[in-house]
Amino acid sequence: MGDIPRGNRPLSPHLSVYKLPIAAITSIMTRITGQALVAGLLLVVWWLVAAATGPRAFATADWVLRSWIGYLVLLGSVWALWYHFLAGIRHFFYDARLLMTKPQAKQASWVLIWGSVGLTLLTLLLFVIG
Amino acid sequence: MRYITPRKAAKGLGAAGPGASTAHHWGMTVSSSALLILTPAFILVIASAIGLPHDAVAGYFSRPYPAIVTALFLIVGMHHYINGTRILIDDYLDHAERKVAIILSHLFGWAVIAAVAYALVRMALSPVAAVVVVS
Repeated sequence: MGDIPRGNRPLSPHLSVYKLPIAAITSIMTRITGQALVAGLLLVVWWLVAAATGPRAFATADWVLRSWIGYLVLLGSVWALWYHFLAGIRHFFYDARLLMTKPQAKQASWVLIWGSVGLTLLTLLLFVIG
Repeated sequence: MRYITPRKAAKGLGAAGPGASTAHHWGMTVSSSALLILTPAFILVIASAIGLPHDAVAGYFSRPYPAIVTALFLIVGMHHYINGTRILIDDYLDHAERKVAIILSHLFGWAVIAAVAYALVRMALSPVAAVVVVS
């Protein structure tokens, strides 16, 4: 927007002067989780390519994937994936003009936060016992 | 020096500039709907495969259900990623940087799809024993 002459015209205060409400934080988290979950996907894709390549390539990828840092990346990505999943469902509600009031938006935000944590723990439980 | 006010300059451009329409939003809605089913399926498929020895992993992904779920999730998922990232780029970047970022996001998404396609096809076509013997 550098080519627009602003002169001395006053501009209204921008985002930085506001304390972000929970609905705004959970909204921006949608894009952050959308990008972050790719880390776990890349790890899994590398592991799949290694499995197709041969035993030595697989041994390396499998060691990384199942190291504590590999599991940490996977767990974080699974949470990001579930969060993004629930945020996508919230967009369907928004498109249907539902959950549009302030109290509902607040409630839906907490559903996203605790729902994503719950689904991540459920995934972890299924992985450990399965 | 243009004597146009910022408001006048922005009017009619919409959030993503001229040419933007609801087609992008509809595309995201369609891919989201597909991912509503594919995401839990993919998580379960991968969770069952992690921890298996090499020949069992290769054998598992040469079966139809794990292979098709993995392929569909990553193809639809990266398509959704490319289109979603487009909005992120439109919001934060301008000019040449924006164009380069859009191109890079496409290259990245398709590279991931190609890698998965290669892995699945190779595991499906090579008998498990041959995979072990070759390398």
